[in-house]
Amino acid sequence: MKSRHKVLIVDDEPQIRRLLRAALERADYAIVEAGNAREAAALLRGERPDIILLDLGLPDRDGLELVPIFKQQSQTTLIVVSARDATDEKVAALDLGADDYLTKPFDTDELLARMRVAVRNRLTRDGGNLVVTLGDVILDMAARRVTKSGKEIHLTPKEYKVLVELARFPGRVITHKQMMNEVWPHEHEHHVEYLRVLIRTLRQKLETDPQHPQLISNELGIGYRLRLGPVDSHGEEI
Amino acid sequence: MTYSDRPSPEAFLRLAAQEGRGRLKIFLGAAPGVGKTWEMLMDGHHRREAGVDVVVGIVETHGRRDTEAIVNGHDIIKRRVSDHQGVRYSEMDVDAILQRHPALVLVDELAHSNAPGSRHPKRYQDVEELLDAGIDVYSTLNIQHVESLNDVVASITHIRVRETVPDSVLENAELEVVDLPPDELIERLRDGKVYIPQEASRALAHFFSKSNLTALRELALRRAAQAVDAQMLEHVRSHALAGNFAVGERIIVAVSELPAAVEFVRAAKRLADALKAPWTAVHIETRRSLNLSDMDRQQLSDTLALASRLGASTATVPAATVIDGLRLFAQDARATQIVMGKSRRPWWFTMLHGSIVDQVVRANGDVAVHVVPSDSPKQADHNRSSLLVGSWGKRSHYIWSFVMVAAMAILGRLLIELIDLHNISLLFLIPVMAAAASFGLRAGLFAGFMSSLAYNFVFLPPTGSLTVNNPENIISIFVLLGVAIVTSQFAARAREQANLAQKSARQNAALASFSRQLTAAPDQDGLMQAICFEVGRLLDVRAVFLLPSADGPTLRAAVPPDDVLEPIERAAAQWAIDNGLPAGRGSSTLTSSEWLFHPLATTGCVIGVLGISRNDALDPIRSDQLPLLMSLLDQAAIALDRMRLEEAALHARHVEERDRLRAALLSSVSHDLRTPLTMILSAAQAIRRGPFDGVAGAQAFAGTIEAEALRLNRFVSNLLDMVRVEAGALPMRAEATELFDAAASAAHDCRASLTGHEILIDIPSALPFVRLDPILLHHCLINLLDNAGRYADAGTPIIIRANRTADGIILSVIDQGPGIAIGDEKRVFEAFTRIDGNDRAKHGTGLGLAIVKGFAEAMGLSVEAGNHDDPHGAQFSIHIPSALIVGELMNEKLL
Repeated sequence: MKSRHKVLIVDDEPQIRRLLRAALERADYAIVEAGNAREAAALLRGERPDIILLDLGLPDRDGLELVPIFKQQSQTTLIVVSARDATDEKVAALDLGADDYLTKPFDTDELLARMRVAVRNRLTRDGGNLVVTLGDVILDMAARRVTKSGKEIHLTPKEYKVLVELARFPGRVITHKQMMNEVWPHEHEHHVEYLRVLIRTLRQKLETDPQHPQLISNELGIGYRLRLGPVDSHGEEI
Repeated sequence: MTYSDRPSPEAFLRLAAQEGRGRLKIFLGAAPGVGKTWEMLMDGHHRREAGVDVVVGIVETHGRRDTEAIVNGHDIIKRRVSDHQGVRYSEMDVDAILQRHPALVLVDELAHSNAPGSRHPKRYQDVEELLDAGIDVYSTLNIQHVESLNDVVASITHIRVRETVPDSVLENAELEVVDLPPDELIERLRDGKVYIPQEASRALAHFFSKSNLTALRELALRRAAQAVDAQMLEHVRSHALAGNFAVGERIIVAVSELPAAVEFVRAAKRLADALKAPWTAVHIETRRSLNLSDMDRQQLSDTLALASRLGASTATVPAATVIDGLRLFAQDARATQIVMGKSRRPWWFTMLHGSIVDQVVRANGDVAVHVVPSDSPKQADHNRSSLLVGSWGKRSHYIWSFVMVAAMAILGRLLIELIDLHNISLLFLIPVMAAAASFGLRAGLFAGFMSSLAYNFVFLPPTGSLTVNNPENIISIFVLLGVAIVTSQFAARAREQANLAQKSARQNAALASFSRQLTAAPDQDGLMQAICFEVGRLLDVRAVFLLPSADGPTLRAAVPPDDVLEPIERAAAQWAIDNGLPAGRGSSTLTSSEWLFHPLATTGCVIGVLGISRNDALDPIRSDQLPLLMSLLDQAAIALDRMRLEEAALHARHVEERDRLRAALLSSVSHDLRTPLTMILSAAQAIRRGPFDGVAGAQAFAGTIEAEALRLNRFVSNLLDMVRVEAGALPMRAEATELFDAAASAAHDCRASLTGHEILIDIPSALPFVRLDPILLHHCLINLLDNAGRYADAGTPIIIRANRTADGIILSVIDQGPGIAIGDEKRVFEAFTRIDGNDRAKHGTGLGLAIVKGFAEAMGLSVEAGNHDDPHGAQFSIHIPSALIVGELMNEKLL
């Protein structure tokens, strides 16, 4: 039997912890809780959780400082869950290594979906998956080939790089900065408009209906995300 | 005065129209309680004593005994009492007055609205009828009732007065301003001497603030001055007279460099207070003024500054003589009273020429002249000596004069065969006049003296010696000398006048440009910077501007901008603020400071200090620049004071607006937060109590909780957004944004709430990127879509459209529905505005469009609401200026 994933919930609100525990246990996760940064650090070493849900507003330390520390200490997937809504903060958390970011109040289903993606990414990264299937689009990184419905699609080198960067962690937000560092590694100053042009041409080549993009989604002010699974009629991932 | 001597035809025409009409005199006040009615009654009383048939048409005594007493001394026309819908009104009986036909009727409160059913709706129309019948009318009016000033007054006091009197009524009336300083009026108010109707007492208490009263008073004075000037001009034109036409009193005080002039100024101030008259301190700048010592100049500018602090306007007028200057200025200023000091000329001079006072009295026949004794004779010697020393001029002038005389002697020698000996002497007038005109009186006299010597030496027999044989020739020499003296005096005087005129023209031009620069300043800081810049430019100095504050003077503007002040300079600035006198280098206080600080004072208080210094370690200001500096400071003080008043009024408006928002917010919060909370609470309680009819019941309650919580969340984020807009604390992360992307993602996020409406995106793919904050733009679009969804007819599509225009890009959200009522296009963007008042039914928070506007403006965009036809509906447009459009991209970077 597959062992259950262990989740460390770091939040100073006992009510939130209780609600999260109830929801996650129902989804078959094992739970450990911490009410502050000190407890969290201890549990991280002792319990070796698979996923950390980290609230940024902790009583003893700014959660943002914890992100790089936790990522250094373990390979754990880290999802930031915070009531702070500032875009700067989201980008900072992601750039510091957080795997995802959710704003309170959030939808529990959304949280579970993000957790599934995060865990899968972790496995992919560990196993080095070279072929990614995105609906009818197949990206074969070993052969540097992209096909849509079996037909080969020609991508320019930059387009290909963008796609690969997104596909390394499907379902996860990749910040503009992260992508541009990979696509234009020799430039110090980045202009996001170039990235936008590449995304537009990529969508035109890969999306079934470029007017209603399903494959590459836009995270306002933060970056892009490659959608993995099938989507419902509203464009939401199921 | 330079009016032409013929009456102008237009003026006659206007006059003809008024022929046979009664004359209107209006007692104009800045506020209730200044004593207009009293003034009118007193004036009427005097006329009555002079034998004029005066009656009281209508006067409100408000139960004041003294007023009642004087009213009862007049014939009173009984009021007409009428009944309208059960209310008794008593109004002025126009018919009774017309029948009685007095010469003069007193009518209180010109702006009064008559009772319903009266002949005219307004009292001023009654008055017009009386005037048409040839009856003179005295009436009273407060400045806030003047129509053209209604807006201005409302902006000052925040109280709009509905009863107004058209300006045309004032234009043909004689105005008398009944003036009372604000402090005294407030005092009277406190003592209960001002009648205030009960229902308005609260509003009026706000109205009677000192700043309001000061501003209103200024308005009243200005309005009256404007009318008086216009009428004077008219009168002078139609009669082509050059006499004095003072309405009310105008006082001028002549000041000189003598310390005693301070006394003249004080005397004039007392007189002005007693007569409630505007006054002007004037210095007549003659040739003598050029030779004043630095000390004298300082004294003179101190005296003028004192006058300005005491409320006078000040002027420096160049003229050939003091008498001429005073006469012209008194005519121009239409003065009724002149205050001056006693002449300090020696007795023999007075014997020969008459004293200045006598001459002034003679020159200004219809003006009262007050002579103030001056008791500082000690100063005279000092002044005289400095006068003599100062005027000898340069040595080169005398050398040149000598050369010209010598040249003329040589020329005469050559012409001796052609010209008669006696006429040769006339040739010498040429160098005399040239020397006098170019180098001044003394050089001219020198040339005259040299000429007579040369004439004697070279031409009169025996030539080659200074002896004269023929007694006739001795007379020739004296005539030459005499003519030389007189002509050089005239020539020199002409020169001085030209110099003075040129100098004053330069100064006037400088002042005019200065005041233009000051009016262009957008705010206080801009104004202070402009003052520094202009003073620096005009006087060629470095300038700083400081404002007084609790922690000492604070530097607010500097030219050049990097100037810093040492502690000693701060101390000097503080001293200037505390004492209202200049301090620092070149003054008499704290002279070790490198800077010279001059206070800017308005009546009563120092509102700032201007510091000046020079790079070359000289005194910051030359003595001859001092009058200019004083004029600049006066103008700067007035401009700054006015700006402060304006900013205070603006601030008050902002506070009011904030209060309105706060009130609206409270009412909105109580509704929009409590409704979902109530529903969540009752659903949660229902779940806790149970039992349900099956799982569906529980699901329904849970659904309610979820929906209401989401609504609450939406409202809270809107509130947060609005607070950020209000606080001006929007985090901006502008980046290249694709409008299609933005529209698509907004449409995506709104899909759930916009059931029944299809969202069509009509944005050409060729549209360039724009540099905007994507999140703020997203919020704008979401709110616009949300708004469209609430107002659009069910089942109709909502269009997001973007077009390139000549000056940018227009991004619009278009719906099909009732649209926006004409006139509401701007109001829809105000917070908590719910058009039609039934918006609650539409579940709006009243914040959405205000957020759109706030966010858009934070990004440098503008928003506009309007309607479009076919199909009819509302159209909200965001205008993105060209500056925000991202330029061409480099293709090679994309490969």
